[in-house]
Order: sequence, then structure tokens, then C-alpha cells
Amino acid sequence: MKKVIAIVLVSLFGFAMQAQEKKNKNAKADVEVKGNCEMCKKRIEKAAYSVAGVKSAVWHSDDQMLHLVYNEQKCSTTDVEKAVAKAGHDTKDVKATEAEYNTLHDCCQYDR
Amino acid sequence: MFFLVLMTQFTSAQEKVTGTVTDEKKQPMIGASVVWKDSSVGTMTDDKGYFELPMNPGSHEVTVSYVGYESQTLMVHEPKVISVELKPVKALEGVVVNTKRNSLQRSYVKPLNTQTMSSKELLKAACCNLSESFETNPSIDVNFSDAISGSKQIKMLGLTSPYILMAEENIPSVRGASQAYGLSFVPGTWVESIQITKGAGSVVNGYESISGQINYELLKPATDIPFYLNAYGSTDSRFELNTHFNRKINDKLSSSLFVHGNTRVSKNDMNDDGFLDNPLGKQVNIMNRWQYNNPEKGWVSFLNVRYMRDEKQTGQKAFDPGRDKLTTNHWGSEINTDKLEMSSKIGYVFPDTPWKSFGFQNSFNYHKQESYFGLNQYNIKQNSFYSNLIYNSIISNTLHKFATGLNFTSDDYNEFVSVGLPMDVSRRDNSVGAFFEYTYDNTDNFSLVAGGRFDMHNRLGAFLTPRIHMRYNPWEKAVLRASVGRGKRSANIFAENQNLFATSRAFSILNTDGKIYGLAPEIAWNYGLSFSQGFQLFGKKAEVALDYYRTDFQNQAVVDLDFSPQQAVFRNLDGKSFANSLQIDFNIDLMTHFTVRTAYKFYDIQTDYLTGTLERPLQAKHRFFTNIAYETHIKEKGQQWKFDFTYNWMGKQRLPNTGSNPEPYRLREFSNPFSVMNAQITRTFSSVFEAYVGGENIGNYKQKNAILGADNPFGPYFDSSMIYAPVFGQMYYAGIRFKIKDKK
Repeated sequence: MKKVIAIVLVSLFGFAMQAQEKKNKNAKADVEVKGNCEMCKKRIEKAAYSVAGVKSAVWHSDDQMLHLVYNEQKCSTTDVEKAVAKAGHDTKDVKATEAEYNTLHDCCQYDR
Repeated sequence: MFFLVLMTQFTSAQEKVTGTVTDEKKQPMIGASVVWKDSSVGTMTDDKGYFELPMNPGSHEVTVSYVGYESQTLMVHEPKVISVELKPVKALEGVVVNTKRNSLQRSYVKPLNTQTMSSKELLKAACCNLSESFETNPSIDVNFSDAISGSKQIKMLGLTSPYILMAEENIPSVRGASQAYGLSFVPGTWVESIQITKGAGSVVNGYESISGQINYELLKPATDIPFYLNAYGSTDSRFELNTHFNRKINDKLSSSLFVHGNTRVSKNDMNDDGFLDNPLGKQVNIMNRWQYNNPEKGWVSFLNVRYMRDEKQTGQKAFDPGRDKLTTNHWGSEINTDKLEMSSKIGYVFPDTPWKSFGFQNSFNYHKQESYFGLNQYNIKQNSFYSNLIYNSIISNTLHKFATGLNFTSDDYNEFVSVGLPMDVSRRDNSVGAFFEYTYDNTDNFSLVAGGRFDMHNRLGAFLTPRIHMRYNPWEKAVLRASVGRGKRSANIFAENQNLFATSRAFSILNTDGKIYGLAPEIAWNYGLSFSQGFQLFGKKAEVALDYYRTDFQNQAVVDLDFSPQQAVFRNLDGKSFANSLQIDFNIDLMTHFTVRTAYKFYDIQTDYLTGTLERPLQAKHRFFTNIAYETHIKEKGQQWKFDFTYNWMGKQRLPNTGSNPEPYRLREFSNPFSVMNAQITRTFSSVFEAYVGGENIGNYKQKNAILGADNPFGPYFDSSMIYAPVFGQMYYAGIRFKIKDKK
């Protein structure tokens, strides 16, 4: 019995250690996202929030940055970039397709 | 080589991060702290919200924080321009940044129908305490002070102040024994801003609110100026003096001392009925406030200690308390109140996850009132303790937030009433409760607050309090809001109806099986619908708003004055009681610095009394309000003129039935409609000195026959509680404000 408990404890502890080392539940990242206006802001943030694991997403037009707090166990910045690009906004690593870009409102069509 | 090293150091010293910090309404935040994380290198934003922060090779994260707002940490690897928008922390809704644009604001994004009155709006009221602060606000009706207490009562949605939850920095304050005069125990100059929420409101502060919540924020030591002086005098012989002192002990700890005194020295009887129109009075009110802020670690805390003594004397002009107290020589009254209060607030925001925070509020309050009204006596002592623990966090992301917590309230009442026969009605109330409030915001056009709490109270029993608020923006500049909520409270029938002591009415309570003076708890549901639309009219900024609210009582402690003019009957509601209110607002900025606010209000408030269904007495069915404000441009040294004019029209009001009295002691069924005008002019000579003059009730309207049976105050027809209009005629006042500001 003691052995079982010891094994369970060790494995739990080990698992927790691993989680702590590798995956941050509140990881922070800034991702470059192109956009123009308040409408863009809403669209970009909405797209980012649609990714499970994103806890906070705030985009600013003046520095063209999306400030993220996310759970690394559930998603990565690439997942977010893909979602944002799909909404029509180019990110640093993932670009929107021409069709996706064209669906944007006139005022949101940032310079490419 | 050496030169090169020097060069890099030189350039890196020049490299800066610059930017601006704004609040959620895009207004610049002054004095927000901007620091490199885990270092002591930091700066504050200036009056435009702008900051410059030299690059710090040891850190790549900048933390921006402000009291009462969620801190933000940004990654910064190279010199650049950043802009930060801070959002308020809900639990510690501390600092409301006052914008220069509008002194009265209705939010486009909050789900609750909340208006914020800034300190600028509060200056429009001449004088002097919280009860008089609402005269320029259409959502609150300020009643006329009765001749006995001299204090003004407020109403929201047509319901009197016991149905409004009054909170001081989110700690319920004007309640229980202090219900009648509590608003006059808060000096106006101490108040930084007021938030008025129509409808049920949040469950975080308790279950008692029925028609709405009013929260007032006091000046914060961390942002207060070193010295402030306000002196005021008026033609009704009232004088007030306010002094504030502030010291910043270090960058984290600061303290303010507020000292207030007021007095009314001479006996005024403008309507020649032999009675004073306003009580003689004296008040000393002192508060010491401490604030500790540590934005890097996420701590904010407040500690307040306060003492107040208030004395009032009124009645017949010939009354001398030393000689005539509790005799039939002359009719007179004295009300003396002592109050001691201590409260603390501790807030902690997790620096890594700014949406997670704890708030812990505690308050202890001692209140003692000793009073007599002719031969009637009323003494009440209340010891209260209130404690509230709040935890805020998110569910998966910041679109879904929640607040949850526990609170505990204890009220020990020592209450002694003598109207004819002496009665000891002392009691002790205890309650514990748990709440959960969920907030959803799609960051665009929809938000929702759904809350519930479960409480166990030794007199009210175990019960649930559900409340829901919704906001939807169907199109630009339009807001649609809806709310439903339940409230429950015990009516302190004597403390809340003290004006009835100054009558010859005998008190009778018809029910005996309830737990609160024989009565059952009051329960009501409140339903609200509101729509507002901003637009341009001939190129001017305008807004129209429509609010409809209904309060439905399941039970009410009905005060029935219609059964007999010689009786005040208290009983549980038997039948229906409701209050419908409709308010239509139209506001327009006619020119720069020239705003006009108008409102029409319709109230339909009915209760089933012993004699049938009747309109609530002393309540106008129709009211009209307008406020016109104009100010000149501020010149270089701060010189400015401000003009303010308020007009109030009140339709006829039903008066309690006096039909069974002999002819000379009868009142008509309805009062006459009338109007009241107030005006004020402020001259700012510099940014540190200003003077103001003004007039109240300039049209000089006076209620005839304000005290029924004034010729024989110990006879059966005496009644001073039926006040529906000003008793005192026109009144003029003047005052100064002087400030010493921080050196930049």
C-alpha cells in the first residue's frame, strides 16, 4: 500500500514539476498584427478570444501589437496568429489570404 | 574601445519608452505609475497621461498601474511609443477619473444604468452635505426639509431613501439608525464622486437595495492636494467651514485629515407661525484617512477613522430647552447624535494576472441618537459591524469575469420609543451571506451581469436574491438596458419615520406576529428598461434617454397616515403596492461649455391602504427639471466664470386625509403645483482660489400652513410632517475655496 501511495505521489509531483517547467498557464506574448481602427480592434480581439486558452487579448493600433496572456497547455501564439489571419489581419508569421483581406470593411483595409 | 563603451552607454541613456495611459473612456490618466518590472526604475504620467521612461537593460517588461485599475504589463524590447488603456477593477471601483468633458456621465458600455457625478458636478450644489448634492441630478428627487429636522430626504424612482442602498466606497453606510439624517453627516467637500445606479443593482454590496444604489467615493489621500479650505455663509444664518490637510509620507503611504464644522446661529421664522423654519444646529465632523499603495506588488489599502457630533434644536421660538424640555410650556425638540466609525479596505491584485484580485472590507460603526419632540421621546443606539470578502477572476478568458465572496453583518440596536407609552424595542440582527456575480462582455455591443446571493438572517430568514442586468448597443451611440432584481429588507419604522414624532399622531402597529416590530420583512421586485441615444442636432452634441422602472412590493411595511389624522398606522401590506416611474431626458451642448439638461418625470405610485387604494402622499405625479450650465474658457492663470441655473416644477401632490378634523385644521386633498429656481455664479481667480455666490428658491415660493395646528402644538391636530414645498423663502449664500497644490 505504501508503495502505491509513494508511486502516486512521485508521479503526481513529477507531473507537476514538468508542467511548471514547460507550460506556463499565464504566458505573456506580444504579437505584431496589422490593422487600422476601432473596428479592427474589435475583430482582432474577438478572433484571438475564439482560441481556447487565450485569457486576455488587447490590441493597440499605435504599436500594431496584440498583447496576449494565454495558457501554453492549451494553445500557442501560432494558433492565435492563424485565427487572427483568418479574420483578415496579417500577423508577423501568418498572413491573411487575399480573399480574407478583401472581406474587411474599407476602413480596415490596412496597407499591405 | 573605451570610447565605444561610453558611446553605447550614452545612447542607451537617451533611449526612452514614451507613451500615454488612458482609462476605458479614452481619458488621460494622471499620475499613473509606469515602472520596469522588478526594478525601482519608474515614472508617473503627467496631466495629459504622457510618460517618458528611460530604457532599462535589466528588464523587458513595463508595468503600468493606477489605484482601482487593473495593472498591465507589457513586453518592451526596444525604445518605442506605447499606449496603454487601463480598465477599472470591479471590486475596488476606487478612482473614477473625472473628465473635463461632462460633469454628469451616462456610460455607453456598462450593463448597469449608472450615472457618475464628478466633483465638478458636485460643486454646483451650493451647500454643503451629501443630501444636498443631488439637486442638479434629474434621477434623484430631493424633498424639502421639514421644519423639525432641517434635513432633506431623497427619492429614487419615487421611493424614499430607505429603499436605496447608500454606500460609502461600497460599504453600506446610511442605514438603520442613521437612515433619517445620515446624508447630512457627510460633508460635500469630502466627496470625490457619486455613482447613481437605477434599478436593483449589484448583489456584491448586499440584498437591501430595491429602487437603486448610490455609492459615493471620498477623496483619496494618494491623489489629494496638500491643503484645501472652504468657507460658506448664508442668509438663513448657516455657516460652514471645511479644511483638508494631506501629507504624502513616502511614495506608498499618504494620509488626509478632514475637519468640518457647521452651525446655524439665529432663529428664523419667515412664515410667522411661531415655529423656527430651520433648526439651530452645530456639527463637528473629523476624519483621518490613510492610503497605502504598492503598485509593483499589487497592494492597495485604506484605513479610515471618523468621529462626528451633531446637535439640533427646533420648535417654537420661545422654547428654551433648559426650562421647557418635556413640558407643555412651549413645544420644542432636540436631536443630538454621536457617531464613531472605523473602516478598512485591503485590495490585492495578482501582478502576473491582473484580472485576479482580492478585496477585503471591514467597518465598525457606533451611532447614538438622543432626541425628543415635544413630549415624545426617541433614543437609539446602534453598533454595527460589516465585513465583505470579494474575489475576482475570470472563466477561461477576460470576456467572462466573475466576483464571488462572503459577507457578514451584525446590527445591535438599543431602541427606546416613547409616544404616549414608553416602549423598549431593542433588537439584534445578524446575517451571513455568499454571493456570485458573473459578467460577460463581448467587447463590442453586448454585456450582461447576472448575480445571485444567498443569505441567512435571524429575522429575514434564509433567502435568495437574484439580479440580472443587460446592455446592448443596437447601433452607434445607442444603448438599450434591461434589469430585473429582487430586494429584501427590514423596515426600521421608527428611525425611518422620525418626522412623525413631531405630530400629535398616536403610533399603532397592527401586526404582531412578525419579527421586526411585529411586522414582516419588506420584499420587492424591480424591473427596468432604459434606452438612450446620442446624436447630432444642428451640429450640436445631444442625447435623449428614456427610463422606465417598476417596483412591485410583495410585502411592505405600509405607513398609513390616511386612516385618521390622529394616528400613524404601521402594518403589513394587504393587497397591492407598486411604483411606476418614467423619465425622459433631453440633453444638448448648445455651444462649447454651454450645456442644457432637461427631464420630465412621471410617477404612478399606489398602495392599498386601510381606506382603499390611494396614491402615495406627498409625491408629485408630474415633475419637470432643467439645468443650464455655462462656463467661459479657462485663461492662462486659471481664471474662469461659471454660471449654473436649475429649475424644478412639481405638479400637485396628494396630502394625507385630514377630513375628520375641524374646519380650520383641514388640508385640501391636493397641494398646488409650484416651481423652485436655484442659481449660482462661480468666479475662479486662479487655479488655487475661487469664490461663489448663489440663491435658492429665488421665486420665494413658501408652503402655506406648513405646520398644521401650530397654534396649539399639544392639541390633537398638530402635525409638522406634511411638508411638500419650501418652508423657508428665498435664501442667498456666498463662499470661497482655497487650495494649495503639489509642487511639480
